[in-house]
Amino acid sequence: MKQQSEQQEWTTVIKPKRKFFSFGLKDLWRYRDLYSIYVVRNITTMYKQTVLGPLWFFIEPVCSIVMYMLVFGGIAGISTDGIPQPVFYMSGIMLWGYFSACFSSSANVLAGHAGIFGKVYFPRMIIPLATITSNLVRTGVHLLLFIGIYIYYVYHGAPIAPNWTLFLFPVYLIILALMGLSWGLIVTAMTTKYRDLRMFVTFMLRLFMYATPVIYPLSIAAGKSYGRFLKYNPISPFFEAFRYGATGVGTFDWSWMLYGISVMVVSLVLGMLVFNRVEKNFIDTV
Amino acid sequence: MTKAISFQNVSKLYNLGLVGTGTFTNDVYRWFKTAVLRQEDPYMKVGETNDRSTSGNSQFVWALKDITFDVEEGDVVGIIGKNGAGKSTLLKLLSRVTGPTTGVIKAKGRIASLLEVGTGFHPELTGRENIYMNGAILGMTKAEIRSKLDEIIDFSGCERYIDTPVKRYSSGMMVRLGFAVAAHLEPEILVVDEVLAVGDAEFQKKAIGKMKDVSKGDGRTVLFVSHNMTSIRALCKHGVILKNGMVDVVGDVDSVVSQYLRGDSSSDNYKRWETPAIMKNGFELLEIGMRKKGGDYESVIRMDQDMELLIRYRLTKAIDPFWITMHMKNERGEKIFSFGGGGRCYDKKHEAGEYLQTCTIPANFLNWGNYVVDFMAFTQDHHIECLADEQDIISFTVANRQVAIGGYMGKEPGDVTPTFDFVEEKLK
Repeated sequence: MKQQSEQQEWTTVIKPKRKFFSFGLKDLWRYRDLYSIYVVRNITTMYKQTVLGPLWFFIEPVCSIVMYMLVFGGIAGISTDGIPQPVFYMSGIMLWGYFSACFSSSANVLAGHAGIFGKVYFPRMIIPLATITSNLVRTGVHLLLFIGIYIYYVYHGAPIAPNWTLFLFPVYLIILALMGLSWGLIVTAMTTKYRDLRMFVTFMLRLFMYATPVIYPLSIAAGKSYGRFLKYNPISPFFEAFRYGATGVGTFDWSWMLYGISVMVVSLVLGMLVFNRVEKNFIDTV
Repeated sequence: MTKAISFQNVSKLYNLGLVGTGTFTNDVYRWFKTAVLRQEDPYMKVGETNDRSTSGNSQFVWALKDITFDVEEGDVVGIIGKNGAGKSTLLKLLSRVTGPTTGVIKAKGRIASLLEVGTGFHPELTGRENIYMNGAILGMTKAEIRSKLDEIIDFSGCERYIDTPVKRYSSGMMVRLGFAVAAHLEPEILVVDEVLAVGDAEFQKKAIGKMKDVSKGDGRTVLFVSHNMTSIRALCKHGVILKNGMVDVVGDVDSVVSQYLRGDSSSDNYKRWETPAIMKNGFELLEIGMRKKGGDYESVIRMDQDMELLIRYRLTKAIDPFWITMHMKNERGEKIFSFGGGGRCYDKKHEAGEYLQTCTIPANFLNWGNYVVDFMAFTQDHHIECLADEQDIISFTVANRQVAIGGYMGKEPGDVTPTFDFVEEKLK
C-alpha cells in the first residue's frame, strides 16, 4: 500500500525507452504558447535587415513565371490546356512553393536546431508545426499575386471560369502542408544519423517537382505510358483540383484525392512515430 | 522529508569517435542479436568506465554508470567532478535533452534547466520579445510571463534597452536577461549549470541571492553544477562527487568539497621514486612535490596560505655547474613564469650526494585554480647540457580563500594575484 502511494507521487518519469505508440500530443498541448510565439517570431524575423523586405515574396514568383514562360511554354512548347500561361504557372508555383517549404523546413528541423535542442527540452515538434504555419505568409502573398493575375486575364476575356470546388482550396493547402511535414519528419529522423541522406533528399525534391503537375497539366500525359505513374504521385490530385476549381480546366477526381489523403494520413502517423522515437536521443548522434 | 528526485541505476552509453562509421552495420547486428536471437545487447557489455586520460579498447564508453541517489525536497545539491566526470550528462538526462541508456529517473514537479542561459534568444528580436520567447521555451505560458514581465525586466537591470534588438546587447546584458527569465520561472526543480561564471560581482550577488530564495523560501529543489567550490559551498547543503561517471561520494557539502579538493590534488601534486626514473649522467630525481607550507601532501593548498615546492635529488658524481629550472603553467597550458634557485644554488659546489631544494611561494601570489609544473635540470661544459626535461611533472590545485556569503564568488582574471604595496593619502 505504501509502495503504491509513493509510486503516484512522481510526476515525471524518465526512462530509456518510450512506448512504441507515442505521439506526445499532451506535451504539445502544454507548450501551445511556445508554438504561437514561434510563429510570430518566424514572421517578424523573416525579412529583417533586407533591402527589399517582403517585396521578395513578389519578385521570386514573378521571375519564375517569366522563366517558365520562356523555357517550358516557349522553348519546350508544353501546353497549358488553354489556360493563360501566367495563371497556370502561378497556381503551380504557389502550391509547390508551399509544399516544398513545408517539406524542407521539417526535413531540417533536428539538425538545424541541434544547438537549442541540446540545451533545453520542449516538444521538438513545435518547431516544424510553427514553421509550416508561418510559411503561410508567403503563400498568402503568392495568393494575392495569383488573384491579381487571374482578375487581369478574366477582365481581358480569357476562357477561364471558377466553380464551387475553389472553396476547397484551404483544404488542399492543409493536406499539402501535412504531407510535406510528415515526409520531412521521416527524413529528419533519418538524417540525424546518416547525414549523406540530406543531399540525396534535396536532389530528390528537385526531381519530384517534375513528377508533379507544376509546369504541365496532367492531361498531356493522358494515354502515354508514363501517365499511369504520374497518377501515383499523392500530391498531384490537389494541384489538378485547384486548377479545375479556379479555371474549370483540370482533373477533379474524388477517388484520386481520397488516395492522396490516405497517403497523407499514413505518412503523418508514421512520421510522428518515427520522429518521437528519434527526438529523445538524437542529440547524441547529430 | 519527501524525495524530489530519485536516480535509480541511471547509465548513459556514448559512442566515441565518428558516429556513423559503420553504424548502420552495427545497428543491424545489434538488432539481429537482441530482436532475433534474443540475446543480450552486444554493445552494452563492452562499455568501459569513463576516464578521459586513459585510452580504452572499445568504441563505447559509459559517461554515467549506475548512478543512484536521491535528492530531498527543498535541498540544494552541488554536483562536483573533474571535466568529463559526467556532471553535464547527468543534468542533460534530468532536463530531458537526451535520454538514459538504462535506469530510471523519477522526479516530482516541473523541471526547468538553466543549462545555458539565454537559450533561444533571437538576435533580431528585442529584449522584451526575447523574454517571451525564452520563457516559453523554458515552459512558461504567455500569461505567466506577462504577469512577471516587470519583475523580470527589473531584475535584469536592462530597462533602458528592453526594446532594442538583443544583437546590440553586450554579452553580459544578454546573460543578465537570460538569467532573469530563468530565475522567475517557478519550477519545483531547478537545474543550474555554471551560470555564475559570468556577469559582474553585483549581478552574481543578485543571482546567488535569488537562488537562495528559491530554495529556502519556496522549498524548491536545486541541482547545481559548478567548478567554483566557493559558490558550491555557499549555496548547497549537500554535495555529490562524480568520478569517471560514477558516484564517488555523497554527503554534507563541507566534507564533500574538502574531500574533492584533497582528492583532486593528491593524485598528482607529489611524486616519489624508489628506483629513479628521471636520470641522466649522474643526476637522479628522487622526489618532487607541492604542498601547503609545513603541511602534508594530503591537505588542501589555499591561496591565502604559503606553499612550498620540494625537490629531492641525488648526484652520483660531482656535477658543476648544476641548476634546476621550472616552468609554471596554468590550466590552459600557458606558461606563467619560469623559476629556479638562480645564483644561490648555481654557485654552490655540487659534490656527489643527496640534495633537497625548497622553494616557498608566498600566500596570495597564485590565483586559485589548477597549475602544472615543467621540470628541467642542466649542467654546462662547453655548451649547456640538459640532464632532465620533464613536462607536466606535477600538477596541483590552489583553492580559493574563504569568502563570506554574498561576497564575490567569481575568479579574478589572471593567474597571479599579487598584493602590491598600495598607499592612499588624502591630499586636500
